[in-house]
Amino acid sequence: MARAVFRIWRGDAQGGELREYSTEVTTGMVVLDAVHQIQAESANDLAVRWNCKAGKCGSCSAEVNGNPRLMCMTRLSDLPLDRPVTIEPMRAFPPLRDLVTDVSWNYAAKQRIKPFKPRPPDAPDGTWRIAQDDVDRVQELRKCIECFLCQDVCHVLREHRLHERFAGPRLLVYTAALEMHPLDVENRTADLRGEQGIGYCNITKCCTKVCPEGITITDNAIIPLKERVVDQFYDPLAKLLRVFRRQEARDGGTP
Amino acid sequence: MLVIGAGGAGLRAAIEASAAGVKVAVVSKSLLGKAHTVMAEGGVAAALANVDDRDSWQVHFADTMRGGQYLNNPRMAELHAREAPDRVRELEAWGALFDRTADGRILQRNFGGHRYPRLAHVGDRTGLEMIRTLQDHGIHRGIDFHMECTMTALLAAGGRVVGAVGYDRERGRALVFRAAAVVLATGGIGRAFEITSNSWEYTGDGLTLAYDAGAELIDMEFVQFHPTGMVWPPSVRGILVTEGVRGEGGVLRNRLGRRFMFDDVPDLYKSQTADNEEEGWRYCQGDKTARRPPELLTRDHVARCIVREIKEGRGSEHGGVLLDISWIASRMPHAAEHIRKKLPSMYHQFKELAGIDITREPMEIGPTTHYMMGGVRVDAESQMSTVPGLFAAGECAAGLHGANRLGGNSLSDLLVFGKRAGEHAARFAREHGQAAPDPAQIDAAVIALYAPLDRQASGWSPAGGETAAAVGAMGVGAAGAASAPVAAGAELGPYQIQRRLQVLMQAQVGIVRRQEEMESALAQIGELERQAVAVAVGGNREYNPGWHTALDLHNLLTVAAAVTRAALERRESRGAQFRDDYPGKDEALGKVNVAIRRGADGEMTVTRVPLVPASAEQRRIIEEIQ
Repeated sequence: MARAVFRIWRGDAQGGELREYSTEVTTGMVVLDAVHQIQAESANDLAVRWNCKAGKCGSCSAEVNGNPRLMCMTRLSDLPLDRPVTIEPMRAFPPLRDLVTDVSWNYAAKQRIKPFKPRPPDAPDGTWRIAQDDVDRVQELRKCIECFLCQDVCHVLREHRLHERFAGPRLLVYTAALEMHPLDVENRTADLRGEQGIGYCNITKCCTKVCPEGITITDNAIIPLKERVVDQFYDPLAKLLRVFRRQEARDGGTP
Repeated sequence: MLVIGAGGAGLRAAIEASAAGVKVAVVSKSLLGKAHTVMAEGGVAAALANVDDRDSWQVHFADTMRGGQYLNNPRMAELHAREAPDRVRELEAWGALFDRTADGRILQRNFGGHRYPRLAHVGDRTGLEMIRTLQDHGIHRGIDFHMECTMTALLAAGGRVVGAVGYDRERGRALVFRAAAVVLATGGIGRAFEITSNSWEYTGDGLTLAYDAGAELIDMEFVQFHPTGMVWPPSVRGILVTEGVRGEGGVLRNRLGRRFMFDDVPDLYKSQTADNEEEGWRYCQGDKTARRPPELLTRDHVARCIVREIKEGRGSEHGGVLLDISWIASRMPHAAEHIRKKLPSMYHQFKELAGIDITREPMEIGPTTHYMMGGVRVDAESQMSTVPGLFAAGECAAGLHGANRLGGNSLSDLLVFGKRAGEHAARFAREHGQAAPDPAQIDAAVIALYAPLDRQASGWSPAGGETAAAVGAMGVGAAGAASAPVAAGAELGPYQIQRRLQVLMQAQVGIVRRQEEMESALAQIGELERQAVAVAVGGNREYNPGWHTALDLHNLLTVAAAVTRAALERRESRGAQFRDDYPGKDEALGKVNVAIRRGADGEMTVTRVPLVPASAEQRRIIEEIQ
């Protein structure tokens, strides 16, 4: 095969530009291979994150020809190589250097989600009995490799920059996995409505489209969570019940 | 307390130490949750006996010792087998969801070298489930995480380790940690080889930190070449194909269609191995009266058989052999669906990267550098190295696996010994407290850190040698810089040096080894070391991979030299080490581990140390369970 041209964003928090590199393309190459080749040949200091190179760790997220992708799972043979391939960092996060962005917000926001809290063990030896069906139901959500491409494409974060008010698809998937865990007894519904801002999601399904693990984020995680929120906070009967409970608590409370 | 590495072992150590009330910092080269544990596919070995009630810690212990050709530390093998079930159950209490048996308990699958189905698993993404569980549990325990930081030197005072120096990738600032105890959990050395399943991180950092600090390394000759890595297309060469494929009934065939694994079954395993295809299939279907198919022999043996087929001209189109799971369609209904459910990420990986549908056609595979059995010599109970205050757990520690590791034993290793390292390091930290490192040590480490950038900036000539001399004397930074004759400047960049080393190690210290090739390799490693101490990199300190690669070179070259020297010393074939010039076993060498240490003169020394003897009880178990 021949050479191909890549336009890679070089820069930092202060700004940057697309720079052109050309490198040889061989059979089966993925975008990450091209980036590595360019790094070794002509741009030793080109910053890029990667680890497994097999779509399992979610490190090499970037925007290839404008599409949020894992670079290690994007084959060059699937791209039009008669014109330059553009590679840019994820735009929903602050740029650090070249293709590397500051994704620390995702970790901080995750830490604020109530952790797993199991029911008491089922068996005297401290273990649980779980049906495979119950495991299967939640496995899809646990496949997430935290590449944050769904966060990158979510317009609430990308355009509206509501990082402080909305947890984004990845963390809603995480919360859904906890909420649907067969052993978990914690209730995160109030947080979903409050701090996690699930109401901001208006189900455009962009996140589902870019998920490299094929998780049906909107349908299988976000919508069921929205239903829980509705059930708890907007169900007229439940609302009445809450009013009574508050009343009771006030009446029976300490002076 | 400082934990270096945030894979399974590092996270488990940090969780344990913080539970003991010690203030813990964890540094990781990558982001949290990206360490190699995430790549582990097949499962975690623990004698839960949920699927076959004949299993017990004793059988797991005996299997591990046999797999390691009895060079293992028997106490470690015993602790591992005894404690693994509790560690797995504990993960479930922290939120991990394993696949289930019909009665709702944790399901276990077959794996190479394990007598009974023993691997708790989640499809073929067990590692992801484990690391995410540990990560999500850990972030709520007050542990101080420093992501994307690399440690380049340990600090010593009063004969013990009291901290570490390194840098953060983002800004390139020097970091100094003072710690009452340090746990190394840095994983392996796969990047020293050309074809590997390991990512950029696995450059032998922990082993080199320990070596530079005066700790002993053992079993460095035992590098595991996993039999099944992808071979085509070239860009995916080396990516792992889980042993779970064979556990689910996948078979190996050569170009002629022959199941060649039946042709050579080692005596040690003859009584446990099926001698016909029918029996092998029944075993994979859970028939307790059947013996396991030869595809599930230990990894060292399977890898060698594959190499033999390829060398003798019976390999596949692109220089591998064929691994076929699609054939099970002839034995069961809905086979394609079954394969996609049991091996989803393998299905995905081949579909996306090679354009192969594994439910319909065979995979082309060949051996890939996968795991380091050798590493820091540790005490079985505490995981402390031969240097006080320095602990090691997981892949960077040695002893559990001996000459060959069984699949599934690495995930249980990092849980069992990660916990132990955390517990004992915390105790050590409380008992000894912090101590002030010598400021000169810190200065020297920081100078070494910026040397590759400084050389570029100043057009520094290595002939002057001032920086190198200071660095060499402190035992940090560039290998043997003080004493080695220095080349008149580096002709190669950091990536080129790394690449040359990888090609060299693959060709001359790989699966099949011989004296002259390894001696020549050693000389070439020396030449690359001379290049590495003079290497200069451009760009600035901020997230500069060229600089990071230059700093990793010292580690890669140190472990490469250690592997080669140990392999030269072991003039026999055993486990993962195959010597073309010494194809048989040597009785005397069967009683020793090869140890590597930095001598007083700064040179690498090689010695033979007697094995940790098995107790009478352990010997009885090994003899009874044949």
